[in-house]
Order: sequence, then structure tokens, then C-alpha cells
Amino acid sequence: MPRMAKVIINGLLIGGTIVALFPLLWMLSVSFMQPSAASALPPPLLPAHATFYNYELLFLRAGVGSYLLNSLFVSTAITVLSLAINLMAGYAFAKLRFAGRQQLFKTVIGMLVIPAQVAMLPLFLMLKYIGLVNNYGGVIVPAMSTAFGIFLVRQYARGIPDELMEAARIDGAGEFRIFVQIVLPLLKPIMVTLAIFTFLTAWNDFMWPLIVLTGQGHYTLPLGLASLAREHATDTELMMAGSVVTVLPVLVLFLALQRYYLEGLLIGSVKG
Amino acid sequence: MMSLWALAMACVMASLLMGCTHRVDPNTLTFWTFGREGEAITQLLPQFERENPNIHVVLQQLPLSAAHQKLLTAFAGDSIPDMTQLGNTWMPEFVTLNALEPLQTRVAQSAVVKPSDYFTSIWNTNVYDGRLYGVPWYVDTRLLFYRNDLLKQAGFDTPPHDWAQWRRMLAATSHPDRGVYGILLPTNEYEQLMSLALQQPDPLLRDGGRYGNFESQGFKRALAFYVDTFRLHEAPDITNVEAGNPWSEFGSGVYDFYFSGPWNIGEFRKRLPASEQDDWNTAPLPGPDGPGASVAGGSSLVVFRNSTHKDAAWKLIEYLSRPAVQEQLYALLGDMPPRRSSWEGGNLHDDPKASAFREQLEDVKPTPPVPEWERIANEMQLVAAEAAAGELTVDQAAVEMDRRTDRILEKRRWILDHNQVAIGGRR
Amino acid sequence: MIRHGAAWLFLAPAMVILGVFFLLPVIAALFLSLTDYDLYALADIHNLRFIALNNYIELLHRPLFWSALGHTLYFVAVGVPLSMLVSLGAALLLNSPLARCKPFFRTALFAPVVTTVVAVAVVWRYLFNTKYGLINVALSWVGIHPVDWLGDPHWAMPAIILFAVWKNFGYNMIIFLAGLQAIPVELYEAARIDGASFWQQFRHITLPMLGPTLLMVGILTVSGYFQLFAEPYVMTEGGPLESTTSVLYMMYDEGFKWWNMGSASAIAFLLFIIMFVVTVLMLRLGRRGEEA
Repeated sequence: MPRMAKVIINGLLIGGTIVALFPLLWMLSVSFMQPSAASALPPPLLPAHATFYNYELLFLRAGVGSYLLNSLFVSTAITVLSLAINLMAGYAFAKLRFAGRQQLFKTVIGMLVIPAQVAMLPLFLMLKYIGLVNNYGGVIVPAMSTAFGIFLVRQYARGIPDELMEAARIDGAGEFRIFVQIVLPLLKPIMVTLAIFTFLTAWNDFMWPLIVLTGQGHYTLPLGLASLAREHATDTELMMAGSVVTVLPVLVLFLALQRYYLEGLLIGSVKG
Repeated sequence: MMSLWALAMACVMASLLMGCTHRVDPNTLTFWTFGREGEAITQLLPQFERENPNIHVVLQQLPLSAAHQKLLTAFAGDSIPDMTQLGNTWMPEFVTLNALEPLQTRVAQSAVVKPSDYFTSIWNTNVYDGRLYGVPWYVDTRLLFYRNDLLKQAGFDTPPHDWAQWRRMLAATSHPDRGVYGILLPTNEYEQLMSLALQQPDPLLRDGGRYGNFESQGFKRALAFYVDTFRLHEAPDITNVEAGNPWSEFGSGVYDFYFSGPWNIGEFRKRLPASEQDDWNTAPLPGPDGPGASVAGGSSLVVFRNSTHKDAAWKLIEYLSRPAVQEQLYALLGDMPPRRSSWEGGNLHDDPKASAFREQLEDVKPTPPVPEWERIANEMQLVAAEAAAGELTVDQAAVEMDRRTDRILEKRRWILDHNQVAIGGRR
Repeated sequence: MIRHGAAWLFLAPAMVILGVFFLLPVIAALFLSLTDYDLYALADIHNLRFIALNNYIELLHRPLFWSALGHTLYFVAVGVPLSMLVSLGAALLLNSPLARCKPFFRTALFAPVVTTVVAVAVVWRYLFNTKYGLINVALSWVGIHPVDWLGDPHWAMPAIILFAVWKNFGYNMIIFLAGLQAIPVELYEAARIDGASFWQQFRHITLPMLGPTLLMVGILTVSGYFQLFAEPYVMTEGGPLESTTSVLYMMYDEGFKWWNMGSASAIAFLLFIIMFVVTVLMLRLGRRGEEA
């Protein structure tokens, strides 16, 4: 009986894994097929004559190289800047006492409930007047701080013993030095977690960049891909290569750092 | 220490934003194209850049379905290009926004662009309040592609001249039990119904574009003809997404008529085998009582008012307006030229499948010149699709179309009545 | 001891960003939704009128709004339970002491979550292709006729739901897994000694112990699924026959395609209100469930 159960359980897991991974593996396989090779009956699973042609086309003719650079630049900038800002704020909420701390923190938590789309239309008009439309700044600046990031850091930073900071203060250290030399090293795990989270979110973001980046020169990969998908709907192999280029960096990043990512997911989900 | 930190942050921010602003090269002309034109124009530009070595053209290709939104957002965000191609149904919006540079003085001095050489209705879609805002680049109209072999089998030697004849042919060639229909009218495309409606004497909007005019006798006649085609099972009640590959189905005789535009000449030539190329042809649109008008569509080349390279942009417009270059565009894409003299050269002149278009282009009518038109047309088609599905009668549908249209036009009425700004929409 | 100054300096960048680029626009959206900001107002701001609740009233009279809301509710009502069921099932399997290679399975099942929606939506668009799509090919093995997934108004939303469940179930699976691991093993041992079947254990130990997690995950998933946009944008462009036009898709079209910022803001607020009400209702129900 347990033997039977074991077979069933592992069988189901294998089945689920196939369903989860198949679209990704198929994408990879088709991206190496000759143009229109995938539109055959029965549809082939593996390329008959593997080729890099689709990738060449993407980078040489479709300008995907610049989308890739844009995505890297925007996501990195958002990650670095928002990490700095959220770490400072989260630490302040956790460890520094000031009048109105509770109320202010409640306001920040309250923002988690409001869907970002509510802000998008006026934000666009605002950025238009500041001159940040069709500018990397239009994507980066509004993302430089998130209520979620502050919350995550605060939860983690609360575990730092006050004595460490007090001792430093008695030694005459300034607040900023305490933050950099004592607090930041202790926050390292949450920093990594938040960094991956932010990077993945920025990389995968679609709706806001779609609105605020009007020129192809500034497109990120998802925008470029969506645009290509509408123009080259019938070029299955080319589109799969484009999807590989878009998905691969984040997938690799996740595989390398998944422990931190999954931990962060658990801390983050106990909000509310 | 804190201030140092803040300073560092400020520096990072500043350098970030500086690095992002576009460097404006004095000789760089930015030009947006949509959909298929984007690919073809890359082959026309080298010649222009050879003739004008000091102008460098930067192309941006937008998917057609995202173009409208991108243009408006770019205008709002002050990141508009120097010039673009612009569908003539979108022109009223950009005229209203005061975004376009008037071109009539440049045309008056031009040795290349001759207004009298252009199809009159097409040219007029670029004129608002006596000012010219664009130069027609290629034309688009709708007419009939038909299977002459199948019509002959059914006993008809020539394509239809009027609706009555057309109806008889549709009836004779439809066999819904076998999945064979007279015509494909995708229920999510408004161009077909709109073309039939433009054949009527009644305008689509009344009182200077203040109210819908869908309850007019003329429109109802067009709508009834359209809806009957579905009720009599002479057209399947499907969208173009469900229709999948209309070319091969036309080729295999699922549809005898296909109501579409010029680019499909090329598609059919490409997609149907050589042996079937003599089995199809094109014909001008039949009207209610004899040959009928069709829609004056197409794209124009426009220069934005904020452009700093207007002279260069005009040079490119003149280059693209040359009959030889327009013939090249036709050869590449099947985009039909708006000038009569461009039709006299090689390819087009001798092409039997293009001659119906040449004929039709002398009899085309523009859509109402209001910025709201595309929304209205979309709503019109949504209601028409319900009527085609039998959920509304023709009368009910017309009332509903007027109701929706009047709501969309409310703001326009208010502005016209308060007349604060000159707005696009009077030709 | 109390260092107001320092605290505010630490907070300032975050508060400025959140205040200026989030809170302010949210408040502005409320005002914008009471005006008729449109193309004419973009041309000349004097064409802007204050119209009180007209945008809201008009929306409530627009069939498209109701159908967009209907499509969104359909997506939420079918997608959320389905996705949670799959997540819970996967978590139970992974938590079973009989399962092998757990880290591998966990990573594999989670992988779709980190992928880019747009990219995998493109992939699924081809998998859903009527003729060459592998989903129809697989169905044909069991004798099911090809389904026009993305072209048929009846199938487009189910197709998007299937895609969304595939993409998202791993996320909740991880949370459920943590919840399951937190249940004391002794409870199951005691139950087994009492002769409880697997189903009885699940019903009387797992579910009640997982209750709070289920509620929280449910609420988060519902609010996420209400924000459907990228999937229909890439896979169907809102069609066919607007059968996949979600509330946000409508907001996007209304705002940036037709440039009716006023009514688009009203759509955003209505969505917010609906999400808020649903969340509160779920919390209430959850509490009552706990008391019972």
C-alpha cells in the first residue's frame, strides 16, 4: 500500500513537472528550428536542423540587443536605487523612534492595498509635465521605493538587538555610520532577497513601461517582444527565440539564488 | 555624513536622467511607420540618403494595433517624431490637437507634389478649414475580390454592378450546409459596412458632426443589406480571428467574394498556387442602383509642428511622392499610389487585378472628419454584429448606434457651441 | 536618545518617492475621475469640465464596462479556486514523506512563476494554435476535436485561465508548503493511531490548521487576478469579440488609446472599490469560518 502511494505521489509530481516545464523546453527547442519548421503536421518537438538563424535575426535585424541592454539598465538601476531607499526607510521604521512612527507606517501598509493602476493615469500626466515620459527615468523614478520593500526590510530589521546600536552611539558614532557599518551587514540576507525580488519585478514589468516608454529606443524586452509578436505573429521560431532571450536571464538568476527568493516570498506573504 | 549621502544620491539621479535624454542630432530625421510599411521603406531610403547625404533618417516601426496609442502618448509626452505616416481617419484628432504642420505653402512651391494629379477625394481628406495637413502616400479602399471561375459555374459572366445582382450571385453561390458561403464579412471589421453606408446619399453624421445619422433611410438600407447577408447564410457569422486563413479558404472556394483592400492582391498572388491565379479577379463595389462608391482610406505623410527638421522632412515627403518611388512601393507591398501619374508606369498600368482599384479610386468618399470617428465606427460595428447575430432588428440597431454616437459626440457639441478653440472637423 | 532628525533623513527619500509618485497620483486620480479629461482637454486645458459623478454613472450604463467586469469576475471566480486547488495539491504532494527529489520538483514547479508574463504568453499563444498547437495535438490523441482556443469567444477566457494557473500556481504552492510544514507531526501520528483515513486527516487536521494561510493566500490571489491585463494584451488583444477584455484592459484602451483619462480613472477607481469590497467580504467570511 505505501509502495502504491509512493508510485502515485511521485508519478503525479513527475506529471506536474512535465506540465510546468514543457512550455519552456518547447520554447527553447523551437527557437533553434528553421523558419516555419514548427508549423508542420505533426508539429515537431525537436529541430531537424538546429540553427542560430532566429537569434541572428533578432539581434541583427530586430534590434533585440538594445532591448536587452535597456532591460538590464532599467532593472539594475531600479534594484540599486530602491534597495538603498527601502533599506533606509525600513530600518528607520524598525529601529529609530520618532513622533508619528505608527501612523506613518500604517499609511505605508495601507498603500499595499491600492492597486498600482489607480495611480497610472495621473502619474503619466505628471511625468509628462516633468519631462520624464519616454525616458528611462519615467520607469525608474516611480519604482525607487515600494511599500512592499519597506515592509519587508522593517520586518527583518526588527530582529536586530538594540544594544548593538546603543553601544555604537555611546562610542559617539553618527547615525549614518551606524547604519552602514553595523546595520547593513546584519541586513545582508534580506538585501539579497529584496534585490532579487525587485530585479525580477522590474524585468518582468509590462503595463507601466508600455505606457511611459513611447519610443522604440527605450523599449525593454517585454515591450519589444510584445511589439514583435504583433508584427511577426506568424514567425513562430523567431518569437520563441525572443521569448528565450527575455526569460533566460531571470530564470538563471532565480536558479542561482532561489533560496533567498523563496525565503523572501514567505516573509512577504505574511503581510496584512 | 548624511548630506554627503544625499549628495551622492542626487548625483546618481542626475547622471541617470541626463544619460537618458535624447541627444538631438541636427541632421537626424525621425520617422515613424506602422505595420508593413516599416519593412518596405528600409528599401526606399538608401536612394534618398544618397541624394541627401546630410540627412540621416531614423525609422521606428510600430505594430499597427499599437500605433494609435503610441502616437497619442508620444504627443502628450512631447516625444513625437519629426514625421510619421498617418491614417486619414486619425488625422482629425491630430488636427484637433494642433499637432500637425500645415503644408499648403510648401505644396504651392513644390515641383513634385501636384494636387491636381491626386485622386480628388483622397487629397481632400488632408484638408481642414482650407489648410493642408498631409500629403497622401498610399491609398486604401475596399472592393470585391471574386472567383470568376465559380461565378461562371453559377451562370454569371461578369461581377455584380448593383446590389440586386450581387444578392443573386451570393444566393447562387452559398451552400451553408456544406460550409460554403458567398462572402466573408468578418463581424469585427467595420470597413465593409462603412463602405456600403458611404454609398448612400445620407451622411453618416449630421449637423456638422454633432449627432449620429444612423437612423437615416440610407444607412438603414445599407445595414439591412449587410444584415440580410448573414440572415440568408450568405456569410458566416464569424470574426476575422475565427476566419483564420481567409486566403486559402478563398482559394479552395469556401468564399466566392472577399470584401477587402489592395494589399490582398499581393497576398493572393503569394499564397495561392500559380494554377489558381487566373481564377480570381477584382471588381469595383456594386452600389444600391449601379456602380457604387467606396471608402477613401489610406495613409498620408505628415510633419509635426514641433519638429526641428521640417525642411528635411519635406524633402523626404517629396522623394516619397515621386511617381517612380510610389511605383516601387507598390511593387514591394502592393500599396497603391494616390497620384494618377504613378498609375501610368510599368507594373500598375498593365496589372489587370489593379485596374478595378484604379476605377474605384475615382469614386471614393471620405469618412466623417471628426476625431471621434474611429470610436463611433467601432461602436457601429459592435451593434451591427449584434444585428447580424439576430439579436437586434435593423431599426433597433440604428437607434442604438445613434444613441451611442450621440453620447460620444457630447463633448464635441459642447465645444462647437462654446466655440472656444478652432477644432478639426470642417473640411 | 530620540533622534528625530536622523530618522527623518532616513525616511525622506522613500516618503518623497511614495508620496509624490504614488499617493499624490492616487488622490489626483480621484479628481481626474470627476472631470472629462479627453483629447480636447489635451489640446487645450480650457476644454476640461468638472462633471461630478457623470463618468461613473455613464460607465454603469455602458455594456462594455459590465462585460469587462463580467470577464474579470469570470477570470477571478474560475481562476483563483483552480489555481489554489492546484497549488494545494502540489504542496501536499511535495510535503508527503513519500516524495523523492523534493528540491528538484519544487524548483521545477516553481519555475513558471519567475518567467516574464509577456514572453510565456507568446509561447502559449502558439501552444494554443488551432492547427499546429501542441495542446490540440495532445487533445486529438484522446479523440477530442481541435478547439479554436484563442479565436472562439467561448474558449478564449478558459485558455487564458489555463495559462494563468500554469504561470502562477507555484507561488502559492510555496506558501502552502511552508504552512503544511508548520503543522505538528504529532497530530497526524495521533490521528493515524485512531485509524483516521488520509481523507479524514486532511479534512480534520490539514484544512483547519491551514485555515489562516488559505484565507490570506485567497485574498492575495484574488486581488492579483483582478488585475488581469498583460495576458489578454499579448494573447488576444482583448478579443475575440471583446471576450477577454478585462476591466484593466478597458481602462488602458479608454485612457491611452482613446485618451479619455477622466472615464479611465473612474474605471480604475471602480475596480479598486470592487477589489476592496471583495477583500473585506472574504475577511468577514474567513472570520466567521474561524469562529464556527
